[in-house]
Amino acid sequence: MNKDEYKKLVSRLTPKEMKSKNAIVAFLVGGLIGVLTELVIIILMECFGLSRVDACSWACLIVIFIASLFTALGFFDNWVTKAKAGLILPTTGFAHSVMSSALDYKRDGFITGIGANFFKLAGSVILYGIVSAFFFAILGVVLYG
Amino acid sequence: MNFLCAFLFAGILCFFAQLILDNSKLTPGHVTSLFTVLGALFGFLNLYDKFIDFAGGGATVIISNFGYMLYKGAFLGFQENGILGLFSGLLSYSSCAIAGAVIIAFVFTLLFKPKD
Repeated sequence: MNKDEYKKLVSRLTPKEMKSKNAIVAFLVGGLIGVLTELVIIILMECFGLSRVDACSWACLIVIFIASLFTALGFFDNWVTKAKAGLILPTTGFAHSVMSSALDYKRDGFITGIGANFFKLAGSVILYGIVSAFFFAILGVVLYG
Repeated sequence: MNFLCAFLFAGILCFFAQLILDNSKLTPGHVTSLFTVLGALFGFLNLYDKFIDFAGGGATVIISNFGYMLYKGAFLGFQENGILGLFSGLLSYSSCAIAGAVIIAFVFTLLFKPKD
C-alpha cells in the first residue's frame, strides 16, 4: 500500500464529526447560557435593587461559582465534551479550565502542583487579553484622546 | 425581547467558535484567546458597549467581555492617572472575574478530590 492509498484509507475510516450538528448544539447551549445570565441579572436588579453594572458582576461571579462547582463535582467535563464551544466560550469555560487544571494537579502538591498549573489553560486568555487590551488602550488614547 | 437578544448574541458567537474549532486545527485555548482579543478590539472600536446594551447578559457572559473589561479599565485608567493609569487601571474591571475564579477554584480544590 503506498502513501496516497493509506491517506485515503485513514480519511475514510476516521469518524466524521457532525460539524453542522456540533455548531447547532453550540448555538443552543451558548444562547441558553446567555439567557440564564440575563435572567440572573434581572432577578438581582429586581430583588436586591442592584445597579445593572453591579448585577452583571454578581452574575459573572455566580456563573463562575456554578461552573467551578459542577467541574469539581465531576460532571461538567461531560457537558463540555457534548456542548463544546457552547460552554467553552462563555465564562463557564474560563472557570472550568482553572478548576480542572487545579484539581488535576492537586496530588503534585500545593506549589509544584496547584500553584504551577493553576493558570495552565486559562493563562493564555489572561496573557493575550492583557497584552492586546494594553496596546488597544494606547491606540484608543491616541485616537480618541 | 431582552432574552431573545441575549440568546441570539451568545448563541451566534458560540456557533462561530464551534465552526472554527471544527474546521481548523485550533484548540479551545486558541479560540478563547482569539475571542478575548476580539473583545478588546471591539471595545477599542466602541462597539462592545453597544453589544452589551443590545444583548445584556448574553454579551457579558462571553469571554470577549473579559477583553473588553481589560480595555475599558486601561482606557479609563489613562483618563484618570495618565501613563500610570494604563497599568493600574487595566485589571480594575476584570478583577471580579479573575479573583472570583482564583478564590472559588482554590477553595473547591481544597474541598474536592480529583476524579481518577
